Amino acid sequence: MTALPRAEVKTLDLARLRAEFPILARTVHGRPLAYLDNAASTQKPRAVIEAISRFYAEGYANVHRGVHLLSAEATAAYDQVREKVAALIGAGDPAECVFVRGTTEGINLVAQTFGRTRVGAGDEVLITAMEHHSNLVPWQMLCDAKGATLRVVPMTDSGDLRLDQLERMLTSRTRLLALVQVSNALGTVNPVRRITEMAHAAGVPVLVDGAQAVARMPVDVRELGCDFYAFSGHKLYGPTGIGILWGRREHLDSMQPWQGGGDMIRHVTFERTTYNDVPYKFEAGTPDIAGVIGLGAAVDWLQSLGLSAVAAHERDLLGRAIAALEEIPQVRQIGTAAERAGLVSFVVEGIHAHDVGTVLDSHGVAVRAGHHCAYPVMERMGVPATVRASFAVYNTAQEIGALAAGVRAALELFGGSRR
Amino acid sequence: MSDLRELYQEVILDHSRKPRNFRVLEHARCANGYNPLCGDRVSIFLDIERGVIREVSFQGTGCAISTASASMMTEALKGKTLEEAQRLFGLFHDLVTTGSERAEEALGKLAAFEGVREFPVRVKCATLPWHTFRAAAEGKADEPVRTE
Repeated sequence: MTALPRAEVKTLDLARLRAEFPILARTVHGRPLAYLDNAASTQKPRAVIEAISRFYAEGYANVHRGVHLLSAEATAAYDQVREKVAALIGAGDPAECVFVRGTTEGINLVAQTFGRTRVGAGDEVLITAMEHHSNLVPWQMLCDAKGATLRVVPMTDSGDLRLDQLERMLTSRTRLLALVQVSNALGTVNPVRRITEMAHAAGVPVLVDGAQAVARMPVDVRELGCDFYAFSGHKLYGPTGIGILWGRREHLDSMQPWQGGGDMIRHVTFERTTYNDVPYKFEAGTPDIAGVIGLGAAVDWLQSLGLSAVAAHERDLLGRAIAALEEIPQVRQIGTAAERAGLVSFVVEGIHAHDVGTVLDSHGVAVRAGHHCAYPVMERMGVPATVRASFAVYNTAQEIGALAAGVRAALELFGGSRR
Repeated sequence: MSDLRELYQEVILDHSRKPRNFRVLEHARCANGYNPLCGDRVSIFLDIERGVIREVSFQGTGCAISTASASMMTEALKGKTLEEAQRLFGLFHDLVTTGSERAEEALGKLAAFEGVREFPVRVKCATLPWHTFRAAAEGKADEPVRTE
């Protein structure tokens, strides 16, 4: 991870911070909840829950439609979130931030608009060996429809992207490179800025899947140099159903709309329709207004902590988790890249990931056990499934201890390796 | 923790560590089962003669519950008629979903899976081998059986 300017890093008051998450007070199976499934989705602070509730109770109306006061208020609040999001990711222009349902929809939008016009028969789209299905299948669908070829940049056994191979695979046929910033299955942090420079040198635009990155580290899309950046609100302490696709203005302007409907139009007759400006031309229909309001509250909340402080805390947790698991000889970590963030993925000798997950659950430790929507990653690593413990800003060193204790309990129950 | 012991009873742990009938049967009916949620895979091989299961075996990778379930299923099915096997499946399904006492009494060793019903996300692990058995019995080898 990049060095952070020490002076800027605030320290977190963990007890106070945890008290802001009502769900962290509950127990599961009679034990305190240690929620370590944050890569799947994060829990919500009271600020987010209350912002949504308050919006419905006090300020709800549809946006961009009514002449009445409530609609004007809702519209102002809604548009203001676009500015907050732009500030969060370093976008120069809030209009470059399109509200979508989540990372998946953002990537599909690019595949179905930008991709559809740019990719033709015989062309190539590049992805990496560590992509989530959401940054694989949309490109596969596009390539199938267009007679193009999907090429996969390989990774090493430790989960580092093979940049030497990437350089060779960027050719005059390549129309787009889509890659993940932080791998959800391995925790690998890709050197996106360097990769973007390589791609741009070959004239190839870059889409970044930022789902796992944006709540874990300061992200600046202009510094990354990418062309598109997609992420989800629900992994950012916000609600489900809302996400952001950021794109460079010149790309968004040149792209055809994806869905037709209200709000995305300027003028409609039965003969022809002229489209609205960005971002509205990509936002057909009544949007998830409350989701946007909740996302705004989540961004405010996260910004109040400071992303550098969040990153420092999670780096500390990751270091502890790696060390704690290294002490258990039957544990093998899957994904040991040079730069990692946010999560540990591992297998326990002789015990299936599901069984480890069930034992951990009985200890109050919530993890993900499975393929993490990344079958090809599991195949590449030669495992059917892994246990994944993923961290958030509210996790503690004690919870890492509970994780390690749970793994030891599983070993005890299953009597170590047998088969 | 007591719940865990109910789920992972000794007989289940034993079969998961040392699965019985874990082999390919040549020239047998076969079907493949797959749980996309967790990636568990099981193949069931059936040698049926005049409606009676002469041999049954399995192969695959999975968690302790699915492996033990497949292993104990093969032991329970050998020598049974297809009708008896279907009845057992019905009883087993009741046991791991509703936990009926009737099922528990009729199932013998298979009653060890009773604890599964306290773990709803694991029900599919226990039933995958049975669904796959049924597909093999009905000669549906082409499409893998899916739990989703």
